[in-house]
Amino acid sequence: MSLTKTERTIIVSMWAKISTQADTIGTETLERLFLSYPQTKTYFPHFDLHPGSAQLRAHGSKVVAAVGDAVKSIDSIGAALSKLSELHAYVLRVDPVNFKLLSHCLLVTLAARFPSDFTAEAHAAWDKFLSVVSSVLTEKYR
Amino acid sequence: MSNFTAEDKAAITGLWAKVNVEDAGGETLGRLLVVYPWTQRFFDSFGSLSSPSAIMGNPKVKAHGVKVLTSLGEAIKNLDDLKGTFGQLSELHCDKLHVDPENFRLLGNVLVTVLAVLHGKEFTPEVQASWQKMVAGVASALGSRYH
Repeated sequence: MSLTKTERTIIVSMWAKISTQADTIGTETLERLFLSYPQTKTYFPHFDLHPGSAQLRAHGSKVVAAVGDAVKSIDSIGAALSKLSELHAYVLRVDPVNFKLLSHCLLVTLAARFPSDFTAEAHAAWDKFLSVVSSVLTEKYR
Repeated sequence: MSNFTAEDKAAITGLWAKVNVEDAGGETLGRLLVVYPWTQRFFDSFGSLSSPSAIMGNPKVKAHGVKVLTSLGEAIKNLDDLKGTFGQLSELHCDKLHVDPENFRLLGNVLVTVLAVLHGKEFTPEVQASWQKMVAGVASALGSRYH
């Protein structure tokens, strides 16, 4: 599965808007994840996960920054996220099902914040893009 | 499986009261067909589904989307007995329509996304969590009589 030119254009142009709210988007995405899918909290026993916690904010920023890296290297996501892919495979070992849950929560966050940009076509492009990112992050699992 | 708290019910019914089923129905089914094109397999009789604009503008898609969300609206009045409410529809989707229940999960998540588009800030993480329970309950109920 690879992104078409149109899909890449949609992602890159939306990212310009999104990146201005990057940090709060990250935090909101994680809040949505932990509330809707409480089982995902099992990966963060060492975190204070209360809304507004510094750790939540820091981690949200990290996640969105990584998505940003993928956007900036949208023609070579595998190379851009190679280290992160290894981290997830050998250290974090997050079960692959969770990438879909996080992706969904990021989509919902974007939809809520950028409703007029989040057309059906943009929705499809983002869903596909995050699916590609998820594949890259799990490709070294076994 | 789905135990709705008083807060869940308030979040679900409260938001639903503001939903225009005419608009949301077409958006929801349309987006399912655009974002997950393989779901078009159930709709050969719907005419042109050749592009996102064709799909989103297709009157049959809109009409069917309204049908689906109207049914969901009925379920919202019976949150404590989703299995009972959807029993016959479950049999229909299995025996006549031959729909893989995975599609119910996909549609549920598309609906959640559409609600976010339509309600923005109001669709808080807490409200979303209640709605995820809702769509999971519906998907489970619709799959409950498969055999």
